[in-house]
Amino acid sequence: MSRMVSLLLTLVMGWSVAARAQDMTQVLAGFEKRTTVKVLPNGLTLIVCERPEAPVFSFYTLVDAGSANDPEGASGLAHMFEHIAFKGTTEIGTTNYPAEKVALTRLEAAYSAYDAEVRKRVGQDANRLATLKKAFEDAQTAAQKFVVPNQFAELAEENGAVGLNASTGEDSTQYFWSMPSNRLELWAYMESGRIGKPVAREFYKERDVVQEERRMRTDSDPIGAMVEQFLATAYVAHPYRVPTVGWESEISQVNATEAAAFHAKYYVPSNIVVAVVGDLKAADTMPMLEKYFGAIPPGPKPEPMTTIEPPQFAEKSLVIREATQPFYLEGYHRPDYRDPDDAVYEAIADIFSNGRTSRLYKSLVRDQKIAADAEGFSGFPGDKFPGLFAFYAVPVPGHTPDEMRDAIHKEIEKLKTTDVTDEELEMFKTRSRADLLRGLDDNEGLAQQLADYQTRFGDWRELFRKLDRIDKVNKADIRRVANQSFVENNRTSSRIEFTQPTQATQAAGGAK
Amino acid sequence: MRISTNTCRFASALAVLLCGILATGAAATGQSETQTKSTAAKLATQAAPAQAQPWKKIAIPPLHDFKPQQPKRIELANGLVIFLQEDHQLPFINGRILIRGGSRDEPATKIGMISMYGEAWRTSGSSTKSGDALDSELAVKAANIETGGEEANTTIGWSCFKQDFDSVFGEAADLLLHPAFKVEKLAIAQRNMATGIARRNDDPGSIADREAIKLAYGKDSPYARQAEYATVNAVTVDDLKAWHDRSVVANNLIVSLVGDFDSTQMEAKLRKVFEPLARGIAIQAPKSDFPGPKPGVYFADKEDVNQSTVILVGAGILRNNPDYYAISVMNEVFSGGFGSRVVQNVRTKLGLAYSVGGNLGSQYDYPGIFGAEAGTKSVSTVAATKAILEEIGRLKTDPPTPAELKKAKDDVMNSFIFRYDKPEKILNEQVTLAFYGYPSDFLEKYKDGIARVTAADVTRVANKYIDVSKLAILVVGNKTQIQPPLTGLGTVTDLDITIPSAPGKPGAAVGK
Repeated sequence: MSRMVSLLLTLVMGWSVAARAQDMTQVLAGFEKRTTVKVLPNGLTLIVCERPEAPVFSFYTLVDAGSANDPEGASGLAHMFEHIAFKGTTEIGTTNYPAEKVALTRLEAAYSAYDAEVRKRVGQDANRLATLKKAFEDAQTAAQKFVVPNQFAELAEENGAVGLNASTGEDSTQYFWSMPSNRLELWAYMESGRIGKPVAREFYKERDVVQEERRMRTDSDPIGAMVEQFLATAYVAHPYRVPTVGWESEISQVNATEAAAFHAKYYVPSNIVVAVVGDLKAADTMPMLEKYFGAIPPGPKPEPMTTIEPPQFAEKSLVIREATQPFYLEGYHRPDYRDPDDAVYEAIADIFSNGRTSRLYKSLVRDQKIAADAEGFSGFPGDKFPGLFAFYAVPVPGHTPDEMRDAIHKEIEKLKTTDVTDEELEMFKTRSRADLLRGLDDNEGLAQQLADYQTRFGDWRELFRKLDRIDKVNKADIRRVANQSFVENNRTSSRIEFTQPTQATQAAGGAK
Repeated sequence: MRISTNTCRFASALAVLLCGILATGAAATGQSETQTKSTAAKLATQAAPAQAQPWKKIAIPPLHDFKPQQPKRIELANGLVIFLQEDHQLPFINGRILIRGGSRDEPATKIGMISMYGEAWRTSGSSTKSGDALDSELAVKAANIETGGEEANTTIGWSCFKQDFDSVFGEAADLLLHPAFKVEKLAIAQRNMATGIARRNDDPGSIADREAIKLAYGKDSPYARQAEYATVNAVTVDDLKAWHDRSVVANNLIVSLVGDFDSTQMEAKLRKVFEPLARGIAIQAPKSDFPGPKPGVYFADKEDVNQSTVILVGAGILRNNPDYYAISVMNEVFSGGFGSRVVQNVRTKLGLAYSVGGNLGSQYDYPGIFGAEAGTKSVSTVAATKAILEEIGRLKTDPPTPAELKKAKDDVMNSFIFRYDKPEKILNEQVTLAFYGYPSDFLEKYKDGIARVTAADVTRVANKYIDVSKLAILVVGNKTQIQPPLTGLGTVTDLDITIPSAPGKPGAAVGK
């Protein structure tokens, strides 16, 4: 165990409100001693945090680009590339890269010719289409000969990797796993390779896999399907209106050339933070890490996505009538995470949602007995750009989405007109602090938080300093923000109304 | 991204926009076999020497010396067992009491009782403090006390800053010794259960899991029975009290604590509370038959999906089976990660599924389930099912290659450290073993057992425990879209998943 953390955290105990800032400063000081940040000459940021408690480490690679950066007409590309990042590199996953490269170039040409024929609105020739399709499939088979399928992930797994996965969100894309610490150099080799020289092999089969993912998460999941429609309604201009997984037709059209272009533009070292936490010493390992990660070719930082959602000026709502149990969701636009009121929104989410002392539980679940679950939460679907503050409720049998809406509105109205109690505010602040502390003995969670805060604020210390902003939240702030944000014209709502299936809907559903 | 940290079930459902690359692997039947990782394909051995494999030159130094600290075990004269695990990294203390007896022991007319007991126990509170008052008191301390009901046990657990231990533990002990089950809190639990029942056909994955378990064990088995409005409404406060009195006896309890405490002092505190507890009758696992599924094709129609969930269901094993190690390796070869056979073939090679996996499952004190699962677009239902069946068959005919066997074992051995890299994990492992009466060195034996498994062992256990002709094939999907039809797989039995309505209006019996 770490003496330092233990010693410093001991001081945290028994704090008083006045002593809080002081305490967290000391916890932060402990982390300062164990945490090293280095920006390499190519622009990549490395964070090493030493936690020698057990001979393991976790890493978290955060690429500051997500589906909000998908090009127009190619929704799902960021996510598609995330899948491709498991297909290997110029060295891993191939039996002969130079020959494979030639085959992949031919494959792209064959796909492009086939695709052009498929998309022809006028004058499509069936024979030509069949020939081009055959040529594409042959080229695919030819390229496949050089592939060692899944070698990248296998190499990690046979070396003891656990929790190997990645995720794509609207705001960013992240890769992570944990390993025994004697595999640190192997990991550095693999991770720098996948960032620097990934190969989009088996692309068109992976597209099918992603379509299955879409069917599972969106098409065949009533809540997933509702969320997609909800966001497409709430946003008119900003890419938050487009699903991360992509629209079905666009997933079916993206190609490996586009994926490579996405990589070239967004996977530049200056757009990436890699955090490693665990049994490693910065002084000993930094030269090795630099050797691998420093070799990634530099590139210009991508221009930011600059579309700004215009202010909403009319209330919007959608109703889904399906043979699915009722549900209610509503959202209000709010500023992004850098806004001075960010902590105020956090306070509202906590007071409305955190546990059985929360307002929505007490009101809708415990006292009115109309919902099984009700919450408010922030940053939906992201918070790098202005996202939504959303509320939802799950009615118990016999109760309707309209009752959920009315009950939520009553609570929002109360928030606008009456101060929250001292106790509520205090619970929020205490919990924020305890939650932060509770996460500090977890390599995986720490790696994520360090990379996240470093990306968002340019300094991981913000993870601790945010508590200062939380401590400053007062009752007037909460009323002000509630009155500002939670207004009719800024609202989008969505409800699912249970409707018995009919033959007609069955036919429509089957007409795929 | 932030919202994925939200603990709420539905908020995280809303956050599914984060699309990871790897869906849950061996999720099929909820038979949580230990998390395992990959193995290899023959292809890896085919890698031509032309391609340099630079990673092979990377040195893997010996792992730093690591002696995991075992918890202190104390058995009181009344039969109650205590485990204490010191961990001084953070100023918290977490505790948990496991109580034998769970949903598998509830009467057939009152299915759902244990789940509601687990909720209403805590929300009702103790004879001296109501659940609501307890909520507020704990929230101010950022502490929690929670109760729950599971298949084989119920629990009461708590977490707090160490300076709050005496008061929080005092409340937890009070709740254990003097609970006050209340009608209105049972009613909330009943409404929540009713909500779950009403919604249980909304998500195809949960329909499939539920029906697979029913096929495996029989719908009336203590391990497969499901709550209905009638069984939920039949439960009374007196039932909860009677259950509590029966199960909370000294020799039925295992108490475990981890955190920043001194074991000697802690032991004294715990003795004072638990020594006066009377002995009773320890609850044993119920006697039950496990005939295994009736072979055939079983279909549940869901018209609003475009993807079929397929689960092949068979009988599993007890974990103390001497073949457990060989079966673990077989599971690795079959579905242990990206390099495993089903992932390589059904997902990567054929692109037929995003989520695919399975294993021959085991349980501590009753046989697990064999389950292999995939989510595939409606039109490829039959093709995907056949592809999985073929892989199952291949386990019996194609022994793992030396490379496959090595990878399967490496995956287990090299990630072994993650089973005990935190004091809390070691504690939980020991508690589980004690709970089911397994030897405390099960984990070390497991490692040795895996090391000794040969390719012939894998083929032997595949032939001994898997009989393809005895598998039930379960499909949840959209009948109008499934082409070719399921009859290609065998005689189809339609499953009726209609939800029986409550006497009168749904939910009426619990009223307002």
